[in-house]
Amino acid sequence: MIASLSLILICQLIGEVIVHGLGVAVPGPVVGLVLLLVLLLLRDRFSVFSRGPLRDEGVERASRGLLANLSLMFVPAGVGVVQKLDLLAEHGIAIMTALAISVVVTLLVTVAAFLITSRLMAGFGREDAP
Amino acid sequence: MSSDPFSLWVYLSRSPLLWLTVTLLVYAIADAVSLKTQRHPLANPVLHSIWVVALFLLLTGTSYSTYFAGAQFVHFLLGPATVALAVPLYENRKRVAASILPMLVALVVGSITAIVSVMVLARMFGLPRPVILSLAPKSVTAGVAMGISESLGADPSLTAVSVILTGIMGAIVVTPLMNRAGITDFRARGFAAGLAAHGIGTARAFQVDEIAGVFSGIAMSLNALVTSLLVPLAVTLLR
Repeated sequence: MIASLSLILICQLIGEVIVHGLGVAVPGPVVGLVLLLVLLLLRDRFSVFSRGPLRDEGVERASRGLLANLSLMFVPAGVGVVQKLDLLAEHGIAIMTALAISVVVTLLVTVAAFLITSRLMAGFGREDAP
Repeated sequence: MSSDPFSLWVYLSRSPLLWLTVTLLVYAIADAVSLKTQRHPLANPVLHSIWVVALFLLLTGTSYSTYFAGAQFVHFLLGPATVALAVPLYENRKRVAASILPMLVALVVGSITAIVSVMVLARMFGLPRPVILSLAPKSVTAGVAMGISESLGADPSLTAVSVILTGIMGAIVVTPLMNRAGITDFRARGFAAGLAAHGIGTARAFQVDEIAGVFSGIAMSLNALVTSLLVPLAVTLLR
C-alpha cells in the first residue's frame, strides 16, 4: 500500500521536475500519468520491472482506491466559492448562465465529433462500428 | 485543558483536524445519499458537500484560509489521482488504441468549443473583461486552469470557482442529455464528460460505466494540455 502510493508520488514528482526543468506548459501530474503507464507496459515486457508495487496488483489497487474517491478531492477548491460571494451577487446569474450553456454545447459538440469520426472510420472498414 | 467550551471551539476551529474532519464527514454523508438515490444526477456529492461546508464556514465566521489549512490534505490528492488514471488507461489500452482518431478529432473540436463558447456568451452578457478571461479555461481541471488564469493576469480564485461550477453542471446534465440524444456509445459519452467537465465529469462517468470513466479520464488529461495552448490564442483573437 505505502510502496504503491510512493510509486504514484514518485511518478508525479518526476513529472513536476520534468515540467519545471524544461519550462513546458504541461501539468506535472499528466506527465506522471504517462510515466506510470510506461512502467506498467514495461512490466509486461520485461520481468525485471515486475517487483514491489508493480507486482500482485499493488499499484492497481492503490490507484483504484484514489479514483473511487475522486469527487471528494474537488470539495476544498469548490468551497472557495465563499471568497467570491460579492462577485457572484453582482454577476452570478450571467456567469452561471454562460457556464451552463457552454457546458451543454461542449458536451454535444464533443460527442458528435467523436461519433462522426468513428462512423467515418468504420465506413473505411478500419474499425468496427460502435 | 480548559473547561470553557468557547475557548475549546477557538482552539479547534484553528486546527486542521476540525476542517479535515468536517470535509470528510460531510462528503461521506453526501456520498451515502447519492448512493441511496442510485446515483441520481441531482444528488451530486460534490455539489451538496460544497454548499453544506460553505454554509458551515459562513455560520461560524471561519475564513477560507483557515478551512483550507485542514482541507489541503484532501486537495493535494488531486495530483496523485491524476497519475492513478494510468491504471484504467492501461487496463483498457486496446479499446483506447482503437479509438485514437475519434478521440483526437473530438479533443480539438471540443476544446475550441469549450473556450470560445464561454467567452462569446460572457461577452454577450456584458461581463467585464477580467471575468471573461477568468472563465475561459473553465473546462480543465482546477490546478491547470488556475495556472492559465494567472498567466493571463485574470483572477485564479474566480477561475477555480468557475471550474468547479462547470464540473458540477456537466456531471448533473451529462447522463440525461446523452440519454435524450439517444447516444449509447459509452466511449463517446465518457470522452465528452471528461472534456467538458474535467475530474468531476470523470468521477460521474466512473459511476455510470467503467469504459466511460476511462475515456473521460483521457479526455480530461488531454484537454489540460490542449487548453493551456489554446486559451492564450483565443484571448488574443477574441478581443
